[in-house]
Amino acid sequence: MQDDAATTLTCEIIEEHHVLSLGQICRSCGVRADWVILLVDEGVLEPLKIDETHFQFTARHMRRLHTARRLQRDLGLDIAGIALALELMDEIRELRNRLQALGEPPVRR
Amino acid sequence: MEYKDYYKILGVARDASVDDVKRAYRKLARKYHPDVSAEDDAGDRFREANEAYEVLKDPEKRAAYDQIPPGGARTASPGQRPGFEPPPGWDAGFEFSGGGYTGGDSADFSDFFESLFGRGGVPGGRANQRASGAGASMRGQDHTARILLDIEDSFSGGSRTLNMRMPETDDHGRVVTRERAIKVSIPKGVRAGQQLRLAGQGMPGVGGGPAGDLYLEIGFNPHRHFRVDGQNLILDLPVAPWEAALGATVKTPTPAGPVDLKIPAGSNTGRRLRLKGRGMPGKTAGDLFVVLQVTLPPDANDAASALYQQMADTMSFNPRQNLGV
Repeated sequence: MQDDAATTLTCEIIEEHHVLSLGQICRSCGVRADWVILLVDEGVLEPLKIDETHFQFTARHMRRLHTARRLQRDLGLDIAGIALALELMDEIRELRNRLQALGEPPVRR
Repeated sequence: MEYKDYYKILGVARDASVDDVKRAYRKLARKYHPDVSAEDDAGDRFREANEAYEVLKDPEKRAAYDQIPPGGARTASPGQRPGFEPPPGWDAGFEFSGGGYTGGDSADFSDFFESLFGRGGVPGGRANQRASGAGASMRGQDHTARILLDIEDSFSGGSRTLNMRMPETDDHGRVVTRERAIKVSIPKGVRAGQQLRLAGQGMPGVGGGPAGDLYLEIGFNPHRHFRVDGQNLILDLPVAPWEAALGATVKTPTPAGPVDLKIPAGSNTGRRLRLKGRGMPGKTAGDLFVVLQVTLPPDANDAASALYQQMADTMSFNPRQNLGV
C-alpha cells in the first residue's frame, strides 16, 4: 500500500486573512450554503458582511467550518452544540498556548 | 490480520444492549474526537470506536460478528502466521442489506472489518452524496489535517514525509483507503495556526471533477529550550550571580544560532530581555524574549563560601522586607 516513490509536493502558506467567498468555503467543506448561514446566524462564524446576501470569509473561517462539519457528522451536534463546543475549544486552545508559553507540561485528560 | 474485539474497544459486555452500545460509543467519540482530544493516538482510537460501533449497532452485523470466537479463529496448520481469518461460511445465513456499511467514513475501517463486511461501495464516498447534483461532475472536498513541526523547520524550511490515510476511488468507482506517504516541502517562516495548502491532494472529485485540496494546520512540538508564544519565542537563560550583578556579555542560543547578549548590571531573576526579530520567522519576524534565571554554582567550595560570607558580613540586605519580616 505504501507508495515509496513519494514525490515532494510544494505547498503554499494560507494566511489567516486569505479571503474566500461563501461558494468557495461551501465547496471546500462539502456543505450547503444555508447550513453555513445558520452558523453565521448563531455567531459561530463571523464573516465580514458586504450586504444582505454577500459575505467575505477568511481561511480562519474555513478551518472553523471544517471543524463544525466534523462535530456535526461525528458527534451529532446541532448548531447550538457546535457553537458551544467551538467556543470551549477556542478557550482551551488559548489556555494551552498560555501554559506552553509558561513552560508548563500540556494538560491531558 | 488482527482480530478486533469490538466489545473491548467500546468497553461493553458481550450482552450489552443497543442503548449501552450507543452510550459507550458516544462517550468514546466525544473523548477521542481528533478535534477535541489532546491524546496523541486520538485519531486511531476514534476510528476504532467508529468501526466497532458500525458493527455493534447493527443487529445483523453484530450477530454475524458474534459467530466468530473471541480472539479469532486460528488456523490450525503449523508454520502459518497466527492471526485472524474469517472462518469459512462464517456469515452463512445472514443477509446483508445493501453495502457493508451504513455510515461513517467506511474508507477508514480496518482490514478486519473489510474481510467481514466488505468495503463501502458508494462512488465518491458518502460525503459527496448529499451535495451532488444529477450526474454533474463535482470537485472533491478539501481535507484538513494537523501536522506538528519542530521550531527549526520554520527557520530552515525542509521536507517532511507524512503518512496520510486517504480515501481514493479505484477503477470500479469504489472507495478504498490508501495509506499514502506524501513528502511535503515546508516553506520557511510557517507559524503555528497557519495552514498549508496542497492543491489536488484532498478528496477525489466525482464524475471527472478535480480533486479537492489538502490543508495542513501547523503546530509545533515542544522544544528543549524555546517556548512558543504566538510569533515570539521565550528562552530561560541561566546567568551567574556576578554576571547578573555586574553586567556581562554572554552567549545565548537562538534558533538561528548563538548570539552575544548584553546583560545589564543589576539584573534580577525574571528580567526579560528582548532580542528583536529573533523569534519565529515570517513576513514580520517575532521577537525572542530571554528571561534571566540567576543560578548559583552547583558545588560551593571553601573559596566560594568565603566570598558569600564576605557578602553576608558587608551587605545589609533583607530580601524579605516587603513580606514584613
